[in-house]
Amino acid sequence: MKYKFEGYEIEVRDNELLLNLGPQHPSTHGLCRLVVKLEGEKVKEIIPIIGYLHRGVEKICENRTYLQIIPITDRMDYLSAMNNNFAYVTAVEELLGVKVPERAEYLRVIAAELNRIASHLLFIATFGMDIGSFSAFMYGFRDREMILDLLEEMSGARMLYSYMRIGGVKRDVKKEFFDRCIKVLDKLEERLKDYERFFLENELFINRTKGIGILKPEDAIKLGVTGPNLRASGVKYDIRRVDPYSVYESIDFEVITDSGCDSYARFMVRFKEIKESIKIVRQAIKQIPEGDIMARVPKVIRPPEGEVYSRVESPRGELGVYIYSDGKSDKPYRIKFRVPSFANLSAFPHFNKGLLLADLIVSFASIDIVLGDIDR
Amino acid sequence: MNEEEIVKRLKDRFGDRIEAYVKRKRRIVVKIDRELIIDVSKFLFEELDFKFFSTITAVDFPDRFECIYHVSRHDGIMILLKARIPKNDPKIKSVTSIWPGADWHEREAYDLMGIIFEGHPNLKRIFLPEDFKGHPLRKDFKLQEASWF
Repeated sequence: MKYKFEGYEIEVRDNELLLNLGPQHPSTHGLCRLVVKLEGEKVKEIIPIIGYLHRGVEKICENRTYLQIIPITDRMDYLSAMNNNFAYVTAVEELLGVKVPERAEYLRVIAAELNRIASHLLFIATFGMDIGSFSAFMYGFRDREMILDLLEEMSGARMLYSYMRIGGVKRDVKKEFFDRCIKVLDKLEERLKDYERFFLENELFINRTKGIGILKPEDAIKLGVTGPNLRASGVKYDIRRVDPYSVYESIDFEVITDSGCDSYARFMVRFKEIKESIKIVRQAIKQIPEGDIMARVPKVIRPPEGEVYSRVESPRGELGVYIYSDGKSDKPYRIKFRVPSFANLSAFPHFNKGLLLADLIVSFASIDIVLGDIDR
Repeated sequence: MNEEEIVKRLKDRFGDRIEAYVKRKRRIVVKIDRELIIDVSKFLFEELDFKFFSTITAVDFPDRFECIYHVSRHDGIMILLKARIPKNDPKIKSVTSIWPGADWHEREAYDLMGIIFEGHPNLKRIFLPEDFKGHPLRKDFKLQEASWF
């Protein structure tokens, strides 16, 4: 029998079943619809259908001034808004040729890395939820709240920060902030030991995730996967190292890789990245100089004619911003966001055929997508 | 291989049919006509090791469309490969046979800018509904006021 939906036409035989997951399924992390063709419990075909959160961010940005775009970037990947801000402001700064004060760069790195920790903790929480462990959900959200408090102190908001400005950051932090920050990181490191006991010595967890959703390194590169998903396939590729931006060149950290290629490896990479991020924040606090937090930037930002592609390593992978300015207007002529989740989801149907349906959910949770990011 | 060597290799191979220059550290701009897209892409992928496909940006200029392919190497050098496309015939060959990761990015460019990628296995809208009229990122598509209930 032939089924038609959303422009797709799919042939289903008598022993097969077409199952619709979503758009409001709790395991889809937003509004993503997966149409799955099953034979028994085996998955034969996966068709992701996206666009339920499409707001036309790029078109909206063409009608806003450069400063007005910053809050819009928050609303793409709402779990790592700092990194979105970061990608956008570095792009505009390169276009303008502005040199950012060093203190502002360090504050940005601290903010971005704290945000990465928060995002990975949320991943651990929802990943635990998807494999049926509600305690993991409570653990992750409890500890994420500590980080969000710090970010709130920095920027005044819990999730949609708009903390970075073109040429610097919105405001400086107090001296005591760094002490509080170190205290929270110490506490978090203690808690991570609990996580290790909870996940890595847990036979149920290992059995549910080992060998599920194997993404070979050559396929991962070919399909455009980036971020922790790529590194979990053993490819050492981190934008912070290969295309360094801000002050990452003067910070010592390790690029975490894992040769497991499966859901367990993707979990492990993120888990270890939390520790690396803690290391980065500690170093940044040690190295941060006194000084200005804003460069001298004109009130009305009107960049000269030109183009720029600037990218950062967001918690989900390569986040790139392409801007073309025609030199006449204070609005970008064209702005394009290269978002990591979009490419990661596009690879998803290719490496999950043949899984059981219950394992598909595990694999889907392990690639850690955000639908606000994909649909824009 | 550094940026200058890559530009030199490209110029040796394609001569004056392409325009290539180093924009800054780790960024190279290459401008071509749409007929060359498959040849240049193959050369970049096979000979110069540009394996990482980031995205496609389609831009609507007053006199032409431009598709910008962002591809990079493992050492972080990125090429902005720009293909000119005439306004009255917005078609270009698909690069999905070289970089399979281009699949959804081409669908996005088709959906929002209306550029047709010939040879794409499954070219249909990706964000917008099937019956949507027009391509919103084109400059002649104006933003409308939200209507009140």
